[in-house]
Amino acid sequence: MRSILTVYRKELTDHFSSNKFLILLALIYIAGLSSTYVALTNIRGVASSLSPHVFLYLFTIRGDVLPSFIDFISFFIPIIGIIFGFDAINSEKNSGNLSRILSQPIYRDSVINGKFLAGITTLSIIIASIVFIISGIGLFSIGVPPTSEEILRIFFFILICIFYGGFWMGLSILFSVTMEKTAASILTAIAIWIFLMFFLPIIANAIANGIAPPENASIANQIRNFNIAHSISRISPSTLFGEAISIILIPTNRLFQPTLLNIVQTPPQNPLSLGQSLIQVWPQLVIIVSLAIICFAISYIIFMKQEIRST
Amino acid sequence: MSDENNIIISKGLSKKYNEHLVVDNLNLAIEKGEIFGLLGPNGAGKSTFILMATGLTEPSSGSINVAGFNSTRQPLEVKRITGYLPEKIGFYNDMTARGNLAYTAELNNIPYREISKKIDEVLEIVTMTKKKNQLVKTFSKGMKQRLGIADVLIKDPRLVIFDEPTEGLDLKVANQILQTILDLNKQKNITFLLSSHQLNLMQKICSRVGILSKGKLISEGTVENLGRKLFGGGKYRIELELEKVTDTLIEKLKKLDKVLNVNKVGNQLQVICDKDIRQDISRLIATEDILITRMDMKQDALEEIYLKYFKEE
Repeated sequence: MRSILTVYRKELTDHFSSNKFLILLALIYIAGLSSTYVALTNIRGVASSLSPHVFLYLFTIRGDVLPSFIDFISFFIPIIGIIFGFDAINSEKNSGNLSRILSQPIYRDSVINGKFLAGITTLSIIIASIVFIISGIGLFSIGVPPTSEEILRIFFFILICIFYGGFWMGLSILFSVTMEKTAASILTAIAIWIFLMFFLPIIANAIANGIAPPENASIANQIRNFNIAHSISRISPSTLFGEAISIILIPTNRLFQPTLLNIVQTPPQNPLSLGQSLIQVWPQLVIIVSLAIICFAISYIIFMKQEIRST
Repeated sequence: MSDENNIIISKGLSKKYNEHLVVDNLNLAIEKGEIFGLLGPNGAGKSTFILMATGLTEPSSGSINVAGFNSTRQPLEVKRITGYLPEKIGFYNDMTARGNLAYTAELNNIPYREISKKIDEVLEIVTMTKKKNQLVKTFSKGMKQRLGIADVLIKDPRLVIFDEPTEGLDLKVANQILQTILDLNKQKNITFLLSSHQLNLMQKICSRVGILSKGKLISEGTVENLGRKLFGGGKYRIELELEKVTDTLIEKLKKLDKVLNVNKVGNQLQVICDKDIRQDISRLIATEDILITRMDMKQDALEEIYLKYFKEE
């Protein structure tokens, strides 16, 4: 297994010394710090002596203009995943390095495994570091230490982010295996991201409005409309990810109950225990993890069978 | 020829791409310690043959063995002893020559403490010691090719497969590369399989050649033997351009010692013979009172062989 480690180490060195890493890191730090600033200025208005999870507000409070940290991170994770995966195989192929490397006595999968692991490690470091920085600043400025449950919730949050990033990385590696040009693979990955993130919700609403027109004010129809739109938008992993992290980081959150829609103004809810929150998002987590595995497995199989020519 | 003497043995090797046969029932044996030239035009199946030999692609039928290991089923064993230099060799441009070689050394499981020594050793062979810490992106094509040789030598190969070693290099650099190959063959007893369409360069160093066309091996043997097959035994070919050509002259030329055949093309004559008899020929023509405007001699002209085989298509 030394060959996987060798590839892994080299890829990691490449990532850390690359400009794209520095640029992404800077972007994410700026986004993270600005959202922390917003959270800190607004935290007094939101937190009351009753809220048991003040520390988590650092990540979830939105300002008037600036979004919260979780909004930022759900936007950036696909970008990080795509950036560190889109040229994994095809750039090596085009530069003529791949046939040279594969003629060394190593199993072919060492290359793709090492690259995927190095990408995931880089992603984990980026996300974990900004979360820890925010936690540090928060600890210093609000003066309330996190409870053990909050620490666990932050840990799960990081884990979900890594799996979600793994999905995007797997997808972009898949394109890097199947497409010859790096420009084509990055554009395809970004096109899919834009579609799933921005257009799918619009399409979902349009379909829902077509089937259950919102003009019909009956509650049954309203619920039906909501259910259709919601089910369709759940095709997108970004919807699943958004649901998962908002339930993990906002303990009072639960999956939306459409039966309560328009009937009663939802009263402030009691926070769920971590176990209950996890049960709520379990399906989302399983789907995100399996999507990541499926994408990587497909690229793995294609890569193993591919013929590597130097020209 | 017993199997022990051969390093590469292919039996009934075929490769199909979408029903198109690229390598067609190829039976080829390459002996230990020789420099074998695989010649043929682009698309003849040379690269595909090499890919199958290194286990980078699977044959559609037939088998290929390298040093007793099946390239398809035991690619790791084959790659451990085989150095392969692809046609378009690439290095990591943002790494130094040393960094690139160290990566290869690690992939070859060379112990960490020996890597440095090994790199110095192989860079010495290709005379690039001074460029050790330069970034590869500053290297010329010829330097990359030399670095490529250093790269395959890291693993102490018994066989080196070199796809188009002189492609895109100027003559001086190409000759340097060929000289290095020759030295390595003699000093380290490394077997070389070279593929090329640049015949004039190949015939200088190849002990045997095989000519490949449309996936089929048309002919193989020493350059000299291939010449004999083509020119009916002649080893030399003397080309004459004369002021005029008379039938009596042709008759007299044919009667000269060692002359095998005389062909006439316009004002040109081709004399095929087993010995360098230019003196005899010029003396004869002088007695006929004919002016010689040009006289050329070609020995073992691989290019002629090559043209001949490809004209026949």
